[in-house]
Amino acid sequence: MTPILQVVDLCHTYGEGTPFCHDALQNISFSIEEGEFVGIIGHTGSGKSTLIQHLNCLAKPSSGQILFRGEDVWKDKAFTRDVRFRVGLVFQYPEYQLFEETVYDDIAFGPKNMGLSKEEIDRRVRRAAGFVGIPEENLQKSPFDLSGGQKRRAAIAGVIAMEPQVLILDEPTAGLDPAGGEKILQNIRAYQKALNATVIMVSHSMEEVAACADRLIVLNEGAVAMMGTPHEVFSHAQELEKIGLDVPQVTRVFLRLRQLGMDVDPAVYNIKDAVSALMKYRGVNADA
Amino acid sequence: MLKDITLGQYFPGNSVIHRLDPRTKLLLVVVYIVALFTAKWFVSYALVLLCLIVIIGISGVKPRTILKSLKPLLFIILFTGILNLFYTEGKTLVSFWISTITYEGLTRAFFMILRISLLVTGTFMLTYTTSPVSLTDGMESLLRPLRHLHIPVHELSMMMCIALRFIPTLTQETDKIISAQKARGADFESGNLVARAKALVPILVPLFISSFRRADELATAMECRCYHGGEGRTKLKQLQYRARDAVAFFLGAIVLASVILLRIFGL
Amino acid sequence: METKAISVEQLNFAYAGGEDTPTVQVFENLDFSVEEGSFVAVLGRNGCGKSTLAKHFNAILLPSGGKVSVFSMDTSDEDALLDIRKCVGMVFQNPDNQIISNVVEEDVAFAPENLGIPRDEIRRRVDEALEIVGMTKYKNHAPHLLSGGQKQRIAIAGVIAMRPKCIVLDEPTAMLDPRGRREVMETIRRLNEESKITVVLITHHMAEAALADRVVVMEHGNILADGTPKEVFSQVQRLKDARLTVPETTQLLYELNQNGYDFSLDSLSVEECAQAIYKTFA
Repeated sequence: MTPILQVVDLCHTYGEGTPFCHDALQNISFSIEEGEFVGIIGHTGSGKSTLIQHLNCLAKPSSGQILFRGEDVWKDKAFTRDVRFRVGLVFQYPEYQLFEETVYDDIAFGPKNMGLSKEEIDRRVRRAAGFVGIPEENLQKSPFDLSGGQKRRAAIAGVIAMEPQVLILDEPTAGLDPAGGEKILQNIRAYQKALNATVIMVSHSMEEVAACADRLIVLNEGAVAMMGTPHEVFSHAQELEKIGLDVPQVTRVFLRLRQLGMDVDPAVYNIKDAVSALMKYRGVNADA
Repeated sequence: MLKDITLGQYFPGNSVIHRLDPRTKLLLVVVYIVALFTAKWFVSYALVLLCLIVIIGISGVKPRTILKSLKPLLFIILFTGILNLFYTEGKTLVSFWISTITYEGLTRAFFMILRISLLVTGTFMLTYTTSPVSLTDGMESLLRPLRHLHIPVHELSMMMCIALRFIPTLTQETDKIISAQKARGADFESGNLVARAKALVPILVPLFISSFRRADELATAMECRCYHGGEGRTKLKQLQYRARDAVAFFLGAIVLASVILLRIFGL
Repeated sequence: METKAISVEQLNFAYAGGEDTPTVQVFENLDFSVEEGSFVAVLGRNGCGKSTLAKHFNAILLPSGGKVSVFSMDTSDEDALLDIRKCVGMVFQNPDNQIISNVVEEDVAFAPENLGIPRDEIRRRVDEALEIVGMTKYKNHAPHLLSGGQKQRIAIAGVIAMRPKCIVLDEPTAMLDPRGRREVMETIRRLNEESKITVVLITHHMAEAALADRVVVMEHGNILADGTPKEVFSQVQRLKDARLTVPETTQLLYELNQNGYDFSLDSLSVEECAQAIYKTFA
């Protein structure tokens, strides 16, 4: 089956022909399958924001291609516009883009731009609000009267209401407390499940991405540094630290245990796996 | 993109022009403008143009940057030129259909275009070579006598300083909001004037709200750093006239005097 | 008696309501204090009152009941206002909204200029402050071209230029990436250890809080837990009930205990945790 998104040899140069010119992305290639949950990690300036803007046609490649279901997204104007609706992009701090008088109207902005019927818009708004847990009675409130976490979720609903097949989120939990962040991740997973959607999440928190992604893409200085399942990526923990990324504390504990001479899997990246790895280790050594 | 606008930008450098006291530069811009409006004929314009070229040369600002900065104003410049070209009475040069171009019109249009371009470039040179902070310091110092007329000079210059500080931040933010709304399918390019004006609402509302939030946070941060108006304030960088300022004033005076002299002789 | 850096006694505070917004009572008879020279982390969920509390420390907000004093100065004493703000510096979440000038060193000079300090002394303080945060190299740069972590260090330098005895930081790393976060945390730690400045750090990053001498957990305007990081984080269940997390090291040991082990929960650092596990398992 054709992957839903393919990035082929993508390069992007900022400010070509000026003294500020620099390569933001260099020869990036990867593909994303339908229904996958992919995490993109990298620190500020690694090119992750530029990359995702290419995925929904907000930025044009300097060279290389982006394919949506095998077709070049810049093929023609109508297709580009269509791709923008099929690949939904939630920006960083999306609550700063709210503008309508009511939460309902704000969520409806995207679907309205798609030219849908009134009934369909209404259905989508209510469904999107459901996914992010905004209660019915809040829909007629002003978005500016909501709390910080609720505002963020209303803004995410605004993109979800377009029912994109690919949902891209740029640091959706930035600045929220742990409980607020967890709630948003649950919302995203609920959406993915219900529509068998593909999710791409950009983050600089390793813990967070590792907890939900099937596959990770690590960017460094505009190029792909690593790619693979979380387990594969975290088995290179030391390299990750060298790039300047934070490795989960449990992973660091396990690295230390190995140094101390315990034969445990070093690529453990969450508490659950860590506990079972230790229990298994105990079991094996007890038998011996 | 909005980032390309160079209006009012500052290009750090270390030329003599950069190091002149901001007050000197402000006053010389006034002298320059007076000279420009006194200029009457080719010789005097040539003199003013020569001055500007020398200043640009010394400052090290690239000519390309200057041409780029004139680009957004191209329409206004050409428009004024064309108005002068067709609506000046005098000796007919060419005439077709209902319009005539006169000899006076042609020269007037030429001088008009030259005058506006020189005016704009000259004042841009001020902001290109003077950091916004020293510019506001210079203005505050020059306008200080107005305090006796109960004009809040310090507050005004503080406001200007902050406005200049936030221009890059707000352009970045505007770019981000435009992209975010585009991602939601907003269309800023098609439709008639009313539709396009309406399409700006999703940008302007978030921009206003975030500006207010910023203003509020900035005010608190300023209070936390003991800001309490201009009273009893000292300065890290005290303005001081130096020998080079005297030289600059002297040269400025010579140019102005020459232009006045040339005008008397009708050149 | 030793003077306290900050002392809050029986604090009452409410945000006044408007026509259709109700009055929100934030604090009711809250007691809290910070010892001079200490490094205190204040944890809590968004809306638990931690930022509101911080704004009482330098008279941005005034108590509606009770008393807040800093270095023996009552914050409601208007004549002492500048002295209070000079003593207790404040750094906020968004560095963009606290930088006033477009040249780094001129921004750092802002507070000393406001205090009417002579020029030579301002120069000394600016250079010193930039040195402490490690930004001397950038003194003539425009702040909007710096990274988030660098901007936040400039904001910190702008506060240290007042030579405060105490710095209160309200989620200074919330908008930064791991690299910026490390830069800022390293700067904060040095301020406390080398310059002996009292630090109050408001955060919801458990790993950051673990670096402090003392952790205070707030919930609904009350203090839920207060003690050394080890004491506080070992109360895993209590923190979980308040919908807060604990550092992964503690969480790991806690989960192992659920499986029948008996680890003490005070091994916070990676090294301590690995050693504890090693002793039991190997």
